[in-house]
Amino acid sequence: MNDSASAFATAVQLIGDFDAALLEIIALSLRVSLSAVVLGALLGLPLGAALAIGRFRGRQALIVCVNTLMGLPPVVVGLIVYLQLSQSGLLGWLHILYSPAAMIIAQLILVTPIVIALTRQFIEDADADYDEELRSLGVRGWSKLVTLIVEVRYSLVTVVLAAFGRAIAEVGAVIIVGGNINHVTRVMTTAITLETSKGNLSLALALGLVLMFLALGVNAAAATIRHFAPKVAYA
Amino acid sequence: MLSRLLNFICVGCCLLGSTIPAAADQPFILLQSTTSTRNSGLYDYLLPMYQKFSGVVVRAVAVGTGQALANARNGDADVLLVHARNAEEQFVADGYGVRRFDLMYNDFVIVGSNTDPAQIRGLNRAAEALQRIARANALFVSRGDDSGTHQKERALWQDAKVDAVAASGTWYLETGSGMGATLNIAAGRSAYALTDRATWISFQNKQSFEILVAGDPKLFNQYGVILVDPERHPHVKAALGQAFIDWLLSSAGQNAIAAFKVGGEQLFYPNATR
Amino acid sequence: MLDLAVCESDAKDARRAPSILPLSVDGLVYEHAGVRIIDNISLHIEAAGCTAIMGYNGAGKSVLVRLLHGLLTPSAGACRWAGNFDANEIARRQAMVFQAPVLLRRSVAANVEYALRIRSFNGERRAQRLEAILQETDLLSLRDRPAAVLSAGERQRVALCRALAIEPEIVFLDEPTASLDPAATVAIERILARAMRAGRKLVMVSQSVGQVQRLARDVIFVHRGRITEHTPIEEFSTQPRSEPARAFVAGELFE
Repeated sequence: MNDSASAFATAVQLIGDFDAALLEIIALSLRVSLSAVVLGALLGLPLGAALAIGRFRGRQALIVCVNTLMGLPPVVVGLIVYLQLSQSGLLGWLHILYSPAAMIIAQLILVTPIVIALTRQFIEDADADYDEELRSLGVRGWSKLVTLIVEVRYSLVTVVLAAFGRAIAEVGAVIIVGGNINHVTRVMTTAITLETSKGNLSLALALGLVLMFLALGVNAAAATIRHFAPKVAYA
Repeated sequence: MLSRLLNFICVGCCLLGSTIPAAADQPFILLQSTTSTRNSGLYDYLLPMYQKFSGVVVRAVAVGTGQALANARNGDADVLLVHARNAEEQFVADGYGVRRFDLMYNDFVIVGSNTDPAQIRGLNRAAEALQRIARANALFVSRGDDSGTHQKERALWQDAKVDAVAASGTWYLETGSGMGATLNIAAGRSAYALTDRATWISFQNKQSFEILVAGDPKLFNQYGVILVDPERHPHVKAALGQAFIDWLLSSAGQNAIAAFKVGGEQLFYPNATR
Repeated sequence: MLDLAVCESDAKDARRAPSILPLSVDGLVYEHAGVRIIDNISLHIEAAGCTAIMGYNGAGKSVLVRLLHGLLTPSAGACRWAGNFDANEIARRQAMVFQAPVLLRRSVAANVEYALRIRSFNGERRAQRLEAILQETDLLSLRDRPAAVLSAGERQRVALCRALAIEPEIVFLDEPTASLDPAATVAIERILARAMRAGRKLVMVSQSVGQVQRLARDVIFVHRGRITEHTPIEEFSTQPRSEPARAFVAGELFE
């Protein structure tokens, strides 16, 4: 296909040129998605671990709910967040609609269930192995939670990367709450949507390739950290 | 503990999100408009001009006409600029807008593959062209999204006394999408479509398509601009919004609109009456 | 032949007076999924030496030792520890070593330090205790090795080291050397003997009559959730009182 070949060349050229507009869009994409993932991890890791080791009525139902929320359609999340942040909505007084803050909130809602659900599974599996020993040592509650999280830390890196993948790739949520405003809330995915709607298909494809390079970069960085981390891990 | 965590999250989000280098300190207004207007490139040309003149940034959110109207109804805009006269007048009548002004017009055209199976090329009556398309069962792609373009299209089918919607899914395809997406589909299926000229001229994926029917006065496409009513939504930046509208309607704005060309062609014709 | 005779007068007094021992167990019952695994067990466990728990597979030995340690909650009956301590203090004076040791993904020293930190050994006291226990269990040379790469025998030694580090009054063991080779078994038994000499009580589930003869002072025989006898080791090895025990010592099957 003609588009694909020229798209690859365009992508390489775009990256090599350090085109200012493109860099601005890339920077915003990273800022929004990384922020959402960091906050989602801060929220989701302890919640997921607590769900894994807690025992209470309705626990199974809650697990099913969280697993279901992993599949939240981004466009639906965008719509719901828009309605709340709208001037006519409950949180209109915050005045953050059509800003990166709104986009971060929407993506936070998308990625947190992923972090909770996957963390829950990893910690639950670890708990099955460690529970007796930890109880024998007298480790309970918060202390047990932290210990288990540290034990499965490498699996949790994968969880966070999965969350990042979801955030950086979605368009439905950020386009509604961000508005795709030039220089303000335009990110990679919304820019691709824009170019597609203008019929600039090879440019859109090139941007798509740039986006994938971006995701590749983040994953490679994580793998490098993981490679060097074990040396520090036996403190 | 939980509420403190939530607090931290909210503050964190706002802090992280609000540190925008350039745009944070400048005054700005929110403009709700349509994708077709934005895709023509008009805003990329006009808004920086206005910023230089007034120091005010106009942040344009481009969505479907229906969504722009809904957003403005919710108060998520200072100024509304769309091309759906009936809906605009209803907007003002319902108390959401202060007053509607004619701003500019362009025209709609019917585009299709140069093979033209329904043989509509050169007709100067849109209604007749649509009748030929229906009779030939030739593929026609509609936006189907209640946009200004879609409303115009519906009016034309009515004029042609053809019930196209009844054939939806056969030769009449409703995409429920914006103009660009719809044109992509039309080009892909070699189908006819109704589009505004501005979008068509700047559309990059024309393939073998051409303008087949144009010039019918019924294809006239009028744009209107409205200030969102501050009495309905007190936070609306009424002064800044009105200043923008005033500029658009002034000779400076009108001349700027007329001077906007793509590929040597003028896309919009200013027709504000003051 | 290891000489492990324990004299009360030789024992360093590692027990903090007053002690949680002796332990009295009354009418202990444990049911799970409709099955009565422990059926009305009453015991008296003294403060000195090693008490072995023996029996065929499925007799309920592992469940019994977990009930005594408090990892399982009985369906009926109670464990009555000596002294007037609250539940937390009683738990703090116990430790357990499982058949398959569970170590954290850290170095040997970090694993032991983890337990010390949990039990509030701080600063200088923690460092000193760490050095001492690593030396006692012959783990100084392995202290920085990641636990994940150790052999089975070494892992069990670390688990035992961790259990002893916190200075428990009583250590429960569930077949600690069942999966180990003879050399590793000897190393473990040596450490256990040393622990007993320091005054720690051991309650050990074991399938090996030889091991029990080497280490234990008395034997509790469990069969089908009940105790068939609780006798001193000399008597148990030569003349067990109950039928199942007799068959067991003779190496036979018993239905």
